[in-house]
Amino acid sequence: MSKEWPLWEVFIRGQHGMSHRHVGSIHAADAEHAVKNARDVYTRRNEGVSIWVVEAEKITASSPSDKGPLYDPARDKVYRHPTFYDIPDEVGKM
Amino acid sequence: MYAHMVKSEATSEDPEMLAAFQARIDAGEKIEPKDWMPAGYRKTLIRQIGQHAHSEIVGQLPEGNWITRAPTLERKANLLAKVQDEAGHGLYLYCAAETLGVSRDEMTEMLLDGRMKYSSIFNYPTLTWADMGAVGWLVDGAAIMNQVPLQRTSYGPYARAMVRICKEESFHQRQGFHVMMSMVKGTEDQKRMAQDALNRFWFPALMMFGPSDKDSVHSRQSMAWKIKMNTNDELRQKFVDETVPQAEYLGLTVPDKKLKWNEETGHYDFAEPDWSEFFEVIKGNGPCNKERIAARQKAWDDGAWVREAMMAHAEKKRARKLAAE
Ligand SMILES: [Fe+2]
Ligand SMILES: [Fe+2]
Repeated sequence: MSKEWPLWEVFIRGQHGMSHRHVGSIHAADAEHAVKNARDVYTRRNEGVSIWVVEAEKITASSPSDKGPLYDPARDKVYRHPTFYDIPDEVGKM
Repeated sequence: MYAHMVKSEATSEDPEMLAAFQARIDAGEKIEPKDWMPAGYRKTLIRQIGQHAHSEIVGQLPEGNWITRAPTLERKANLLAKVQDEAGHGLYLYCAAETLGVSRDEMTEMLLDGRMKYSSIFNYPTLTWADMGAVGWLVDGAAIMNQVPLQRTSYGPYARAMVRICKEESFHQRQGFHVMMSMVKGTEDQKRMAQDALNRFWFPALMMFGPSDKDSVHSRQSMAWKIKMNTNDELRQKFVDETVPQAEYLGLTVPDKKLKWNEETGHYDFAEPDWSEFFEVIKGNGPCNKERIAARQKAWDDGAWVREAMMAHAEKKRARKLAAE
């Protein structure tokens, strides 16, 4: 049994100047091959103008059990949102 | 369906964790690859997504059969694009299954040695060009019926693969119907071919939804986990209700003497397919089972040196780059 081609995560920037977005993954022997495969698999209908590929095992992700400690501190800081501050109507648009 | 007869796996985990997991699903949260999940949920999904992926891949064979014999260059381009999409669907789904801890090679091996199945429909032959119409119209039509609700399935990677697939699928059905439209406008022979294709594909298409599962424990578990969204009967009824008027539009006759509009229920009454035939096909005794697996086996074997050579080349390039640094 030969070694399986490594897994790559594929990110594509759509037409309208948005950030690259994760669209899925593919298998490929190396980076160049990964870009070619990503093109065939994920841009058959003009979905993008730019492709990034990253070897899946090189990605570091936060762990789901950290969800509380990582994101809870942001939850009680409502003053980070503009709606926290009441500004009288006569001031106009702000 | 593409993944019919998938039995849900029993689960024997901490009741508290199971309840918390179920609560997440009930709240409409998506389960992601690194989240805790019951072993049964994982196993059932691997089987279901794997079977779905295999169906997309094996499903290329009956249509690939006609690419070189399409009647016009335009039809050839359409069919080629459609079959290429199906390869893409297979790849999206294999990747979704891989997030659950099974490798693509393992899944392929399980397909080849019969441990994993694919949809029964692809074990029927495509005998005439009209079959390309019937397959797109009926088989992709039935697949859409099943896949649209799966966009809301609880497993994130599966749901996202389904969204991509559904976006592409409607072209498949429309190009099939378009082929049927030209056939029925053609000569008497062509019209006869269209009717013959419908005759042969009608009941196998109904079988795609699988036997009735309204009393099945497995199906109940899968529905609670939101990896199955409707019963097989619900989807089959929906398919019949939508397809019969389309057949009428074409001026073709659905080959079912029991087919009748039921004013009271607001649905069509229709005959059940022959389930003994279905079970025979699932067991491997359909008209094309051996041919399909042989074709997959040949592609797998013939491709082995390419897979190995690509890896060897990549490793050599990496070593050379390292040495230069
Ligand atoms: Fe498909
Ligand atoms: Fe399709």
